Amino acid sequence: MKKLLSGNEAIARGAYEAGITVAAAYPGTPSTEILENIGPYEGIYAEWAPNEKVALEVAVGASISGARALAAMKHVGVNVAADPLFTVAYTGVNGGLVLVSADDPGLHSSQNEQDNRYYAKAAKVAMLEPSDSQEAKDFVLEAIRLSEEFDVPVLLRVTTRICHSKGLVEFGEKEEAGIKPYERNMGKYIATPANARKLHVSLEERLEKLEERSNSTPLNFIEWNDKKVGIITSGISYQYAKEVFGDSVSYLKLGMTFPLPRKMMAEFAKQVETLYVIEENEPYIEEAVKVLGFDCIGKDKIPGVFELNPDIIERSLLGTEKELLKPDRQMPGRPPVLCPGCPHRGLFFALSKKDAVVTSDIGCYTLGAAPPLNAADTCICMGASISAGHGFKKAMERNGRDGKVFAVIGDSTFFHSGLTGLMDVAYNKGNITVIIADNRITGMTGHQDNPGTGKTLKGEDTVALDIPKICKALGIEDVKVVNPLNLKEMRAAVNEAMKKEEPNVIVTQWPCALIKTEPQPKGYCQVNQDKCTQCYACMQIGCPAISKQDGKVIIDDTMCNGCELCTQLCAFKAIEKVGE
Amino acid sequence: MADVKNILFVGVGGQGIILTSKVLSTALVNAGYDVKMSEVHGMAQRGGSVTTQVRYGDKVYSPIIGKGQADIIVSFERMEAMRMLEYLKKDGVMVVNDHAIPSMPILTGAAEYPEGIIEELKGKVKTIVFKAADVARDLGNPRTQNIVLLGALVKAIGLESLDWDKAIEQEVKPQFVDINKKALQKGMELAG
Repeated sequence: MKKLLSGNEAIARGAYEAGITVAAAYPGTPSTEILENIGPYEGIYAEWAPNEKVALEVAVGASISGARALAAMKHVGVNVAADPLFTVAYTGVNGGLVLVSADDPGLHSSQNEQDNRYYAKAAKVAMLEPSDSQEAKDFVLEAIRLSEEFDVPVLLRVTTRICHSKGLVEFGEKEEAGIKPYERNMGKYIATPANARKLHVSLEERLEKLEERSNSTPLNFIEWNDKKVGIITSGISYQYAKEVFGDSVSYLKLGMTFPLPRKMMAEFAKQVETLYVIEENEPYIEEAVKVLGFDCIGKDKIPGVFELNPDIIERSLLGTEKELLKPDRQMPGRPPVLCPGCPHRGLFFALSKKDAVVTSDIGCYTLGAAPPLNAADTCICMGASISAGHGFKKAMERNGRDGKVFAVIGDSTFFHSGLTGLMDVAYNKGNITVIIADNRITGMTGHQDNPGTGKTLKGEDTVALDIPKICKALGIEDVKVVNPLNLKEMRAAVNEAMKKEEPNVIVTQWPCALIKTEPQPKGYCQVNQDKCTQCYACMQIGCPAISKQDGKVIIDDTMCNGCELCTQLCAFKAIEKVGE
Repeated sequence: MADVKNILFVGVGGQGIILTSKVLSTALVNAGYDVKMSEVHGMAQRGGSVTTQVRYGDKVYSPIIGKGQADIIVSFERMEAMRMLEYLKKDGVMVVNDHAIPSMPILTGAAEYPEGIIEELKGKVKTIVFKAADVARDLGNPRTQNIVLLGALVKAIGLESLDWDKAIEQEVKPQFVDINKKALQKGMELAG
């Protein structure tokens, strides 16, 4: 059977066919749909872990116990999971272990575009790179087999265009792997210095054998055509190269990119007149080619920033300039915005009126930094709102500068990496206000459950962690819960916090406007034009449902969710709720 | 790849673009084509510009369409049509929904919604204009405007012979199958 699947759906199918029985992930674009699609398989235990480190450790434990296991995350998630990754390379596995790293060249939905192929090299784990949905599925099985045969974890490195592009996939049979026997083996699984020294030596031996495999595996193959030009490439770049050059040049297509098949690369390089290396972002393959002593054209022509496409390859390597249809003028931008009815809007509106530093975090609420709210100073990584806000304030205190710091973090991000930061604030006598924007879901990635929602990935009921109680247990006495869409309440909480000289937490609690399972406001708002004085106070909140048309304020009834934040800003009671 | 056709859907999050490209892709797969389709997820979905790309033919490599390579662009919104113009082939077709969704710079007064987009498009390239929301409303459900636009695309690119009823049945919730079949027919008629 052939089906049109995204790379992520294909990886999920691959996990099923490979007999994987434990899978864990923290949601993150472009990786999220992998676990969402593994979830429905009854034979696989699948979970949303609070963060990527936990997800990988769950998979590591499952592997040591003898099961085939998978962890999935976006590229920056691997930074969080790097600690177990580097050591599990030493210990090796029992059941096959796959770590899916979904990189985001072009920063479609990320804070950086790091190239995680370097992680395979740095952590010394094998790496496979599929170039379409079919390979995405097949390579999960290949990764599991390599993992078990060579006693290493395998990094399955994909990118946005693999994850979110659909292609036809031929299904295979499920391998009934079950669980291997487990026996205590301290020399292998207890990474104390004495054991780890031996394990490091054994890892180097395993890598040598892996490189032999890399030179012989069908995952790395040559397509001989004309030998004037040869291209070494991997992943999605292979598809782009084929699009541009078709069968007019020869290819060395790499599916296994750590260890690189150096013998094969040298053979190929020797036989072609001009060698191109086509890869996205960093010159990972190119560096290896040059170390082998071969000249090649790569990053000197092809940009190392943003994602590639056939156009860029054509322009960089062939110098082709196409004549294009051009608009006579530039269109106004369409940046992403907080949705109509978004509970974060009330919070950021209240903060936007204050002379304060706002350290923000990763999630929908990063959009509080966008105009017209403009209510944030920083966004670095998951959890940095609290810890960087703490550092910011300490620096001011120590150097005699006055100022208030608010750290804003979402519920899921708080569970992910905020707890330790808040502990630091309490323990080290911090003096900031931490605002936990609890919209009852993991929003930006498309509504995944988290430890606060009371549901598991499998849809089972479970304990819902109580954020105010957690804050108190972490040592913060002053914890307040407010409704961010009640502007009076929200502003009062912020005003009060401005005066505080001890650490405190405000939990802004209201469900994401897009959650269908939570009660949402009924009806919508409309402007009574007789009462409206066109003062435009309501437009300060940056709601996309409110626009100015020929001077009049209009609320789009199809977009409005009836949250009534705007009505609270109207001094003339000109905004009325209808259709309740 | 000369025998590969490239279709670009553009618009704003929430307009039903992903479903439209799914119905199209399913019909193409059923007809035996090699198909690749690319979507954008995550932050871009929060009210930002959304594009999906469908490529089909005997053998498709790249899942994304380069500038100057789209045979047809179906734009669910006027400004987005103009924004993506350079992706269209010079002899390509622009199917555009005559509908404006102001973006945040326009709402805040930092920019104005550009006038005369349709006229400018018509001056540059073959353009089919729809008021898809009106058509859909007349059919009884304004949410079927995406399938009205799909109908126009089907006519413009000459894919009328594919089994659209089956594709709609496969991709659309049962209670909306009939109305979407009608919407597709209506879109084909109006583009003819």
